[in-house]
Amino acid sequence: MSREEIYTRLNEVFRDVFDRDDITVSDETTAADVEGWDSLIHITLMDAVEEEFDIRFDMKTVVKMKNVGEMVDYIIANT
Amino acid sequence: MQELQYPFDSRYIIKKKKSIKRQLLEQDINFIDKKIAILGGSTTHDIMMIMELFLLDQGIRPTFYECEYAQYWEDVMFDNPELVEFKPDIIYIHTSNRNIRQYPALAMSAEEVDAMLDADYDHFLKLWGKIENTYHCPIIQNNFEYPFYRLLGNADATDIHGRVSYINRLNERFAAYAREHKDFFIQDINYLSATYGLDKWSDPLYWHMYKYSLSMEAIPALAFNVSNIIKSIYGKNKKALALDLDNTLWGGIVGDDGVEGIEIGPETSMGQVYSEFQEYLKQQKDIGVILNICSKNEEENAIAGLNHPDGVIRPDDCIVIKANWDPKSKNLADTAAELNLLPESFVFVDDNPAEREIVRTQLNVVSPEIGSVEDYIRVIDHSGFFEVTNLSADDAKRNEMYKENAKRAQLEASFDNYGDYLVSLEMKGTIRGFEPIYMDRIAQLSNKSNQFNLTTRRYTRAEIEEIAGSDEYLDIYGKLEDKFGDNGVVSVVIGHKNGEILDMDLWIMSCRVLKRDMEFAMMDGLVHKAKAAGIKTIKGYYYPTAKNKMVKDFYALMGFTLVNEDDEGNRTWEFVIPDEYENKNSYIEVIN
Repeated sequence: MSREEIYTRLNEVFRDVFDRDDITVSDETTAADVEGWDSLIHITLMDAVEEEFDIRFDMKTVVKMKNVGEMVDYIIANT
Repeated sequence: MQELQYPFDSRYIIKKKKSIKRQLLEQDINFIDKKIAILGGSTTHDIMMIMELFLLDQGIRPTFYECEYAQYWEDVMFDNPELVEFKPDIIYIHTSNRNIRQYPALAMSAEEVDAMLDADYDHFLKLWGKIENTYHCPIIQNNFEYPFYRLLGNADATDIHGRVSYINRLNERFAAYAREHKDFFIQDINYLSATYGLDKWSDPLYWHMYKYSLSMEAIPALAFNVSNIIKSIYGKNKKALALDLDNTLWGGIVGDDGVEGIEIGPETSMGQVYSEFQEYLKQQKDIGVILNICSKNEEENAIAGLNHPDGVIRPDDCIVIKANWDPKSKNLADTAAELNLLPESFVFVDDNPAEREIVRTQLNVVSPEIGSVEDYIRVIDHSGFFEVTNLSADDAKRNEMYKENAKRAQLEASFDNYGDYLVSLEMKGTIRGFEPIYMDRIAQLSNKSNQFNLTTRRYTRAEIEEIAGSDEYLDIYGKLEDKFGDNGVVSVVIGHKNGEILDMDLWIMSCRVLKRDMEFAMMDGLVHKAKAAGIKTIKGYYYPTAKNKMVKDFYALMGFTLVNEDDEGNRTWEFVIPDEYENKNSYIEVIN
C-alpha cells in the first residue's frame, strides 16, 4: 500500500470518528491541529485505525507516537 | 436501528457513534427521559457515550452524571452536591476486579481470608445502603470479572488464596444482596466477559494506557447489556414472540415433506438442534413471554407439524396461531390487535431474511438476524429482549391468562347481549388501598401500561411504597377474577390530596380487561375513598402520547367535565362529588 493510499483511507477514518467531512490529515498533523482531538476521542481513533488497516498498536508504539506521519510509518511497516 | 441489534459490529459502533447518535435523535420517537448517574471505578467516558446509543434505540433519552475518575465511592459517601442536585433516576456502579482493594496472600489463614472478604464486601455494602437511603432509586452494580491471570493455575478456583476463588465468593455475596433487595440489580459482567472472551475483555493495554477496566471493543457489549437492564426496569421489555415454523421451529417444509418428513427430535443432529431450540422457546413461557405462530402454511399442516410426536411446542402453548398465505406483516398486526398488544411488543423470529425485512420495515417490529439454526438460541438470548428485572407471579401465569381470554372471547360470541355475557362471567373485584404483597405488580403495571394510561407516569417499587405509606396520597389497586380465572391486579389509581381537591396522578388499566366494567368499579372505589377523606372535587388529567389515544375521552365517560385543553392536547377534567353518588359498575361484585 502506498503512503497516498493509506492517507485516503486514514482521512475517511478521521472523518467518521469526528463526524466531520472537512478533515484532512498529513504527516505533520498532531492532536493539537484537529479540533476535538482530545485524549478520550484518541482511544476511539486508535481503535478505528486498527480496524481499518487490520493491525494492532502495541503499547510501546502508542506511547511514542508523535504525529500522524509516525502512525502511517507504523501502518506501512505492519501491513 | 438494525446496527444496534445483537449481534452488532462493535468497531462500527465505536467509530460511528457520533453519526449514529445524530440519526437516533432524528427519529420520530416519543422518548422517555431518564437521569442516569454512572459511578465508575475506572474510566467511563465511552461507556457513557455508547450506552446513550443503545438507550436511545430503546426509546430512553438519558441525561448523564459521570463521577470524577474512580470516585464511585467518595461521591456517594460524602454526598457530592452535584450528584445530590442531579437526583438520579438510576445509579449505575461500574466497578471491576481492578477495584478490589486487596487479595489474600498465600500465608493467610482461612479466618484472615474470611475477614478480608468481609471488609471488601462491607465497602460495597455501605455504598449501597447509603444510596438506598439517600437516592431511593434503582441501583445497577457490576459484579466482578475473573482476573486475567491465575497464580495457582487451576487451583486458583479451589484454594481460598486464589483470586478466582476470592472473586467467586465476593460475587456470591453480591448476588445474595440482590436477592434481598428489590431495586438492586447485578450486571453480571462475570458472565459477559466469559461470553466475550476474558483475554480480549481484560486487555491490560486499556487499563495501563487509558484506565479502562475493559478493552474498547468490549464496551458496546457492556453498554448494550446495561441498557437492557434499564429498559426492563422501565417496562420496555418485549412481551411476545411471533414464530415462523418451516426451517425455524423444525427442519424442512411440513407442507412438502409431510409431518413424518420434518426434522425434529432425537433421531438426527438436525432434529436435535431444532428440539433444543423449541425447548428454549417453551421456557420463555415461564417468564411470561407469549408464544404465537406466524407462518405461511395451510393451517392444517401447521397444526400437524406442532403435533409431531417429538415436538416440544404444542398448539396449546401458542396463544394465536396464524398459518395462512397472507403477508406476515398483516398476520403479525392482526395477532397484536387480538392480544391488545402493540406490534412493537413482539419479536419476530423467521429464518427467511426477506420476511424479516418486510416485518421490520412495515411494522417496525424487531426481527433478529438469527443466523443458522445452531445460532438461534444464542442470538435471541443475548439480545436481551425479555431481560428479567422484576419477575412477578403474574408473569408465570401470563400465557394461562391469555388462554382464558381466548375462552372469554368464545363465550362472548355466544351471547346476543353484551350485558348477559358480562353477567355470565361471574366477576368478582377486589378494590383496595395498596397492599405489600402487590407492590411489585403495581410498580410493574405502572411501567408496562401504555395504552390505557392517562398520564404515563412511571413509578419504581420504592416510590410505590412511599405513596402507600403516605397520608397525602389516595392509592387504589383493582384485582379482577371471573369464572375462567384470576386476572390479578389489573388497574391502579393514584391521586394526591390538595385540600378538598384530589389531583389524579395516575389512572391505568391492563388492556386485557377492557370492556368489563372494571374502569367503572375503580371509579366507584375512588369516589367512595375520596369522599371518606373529605374530598369534594376530583381533577383528572389526560396527557397525550403516541399510544394512549384510547383514553382521550375516558374522564367524560366517568362523568367528568372538561375544563381545559391546551395546544398540545393536554386535558384537565373535573368531577364534583355529588352527595348521593350512584355506583356506575353493575356487573362486578366488589369486595373491599
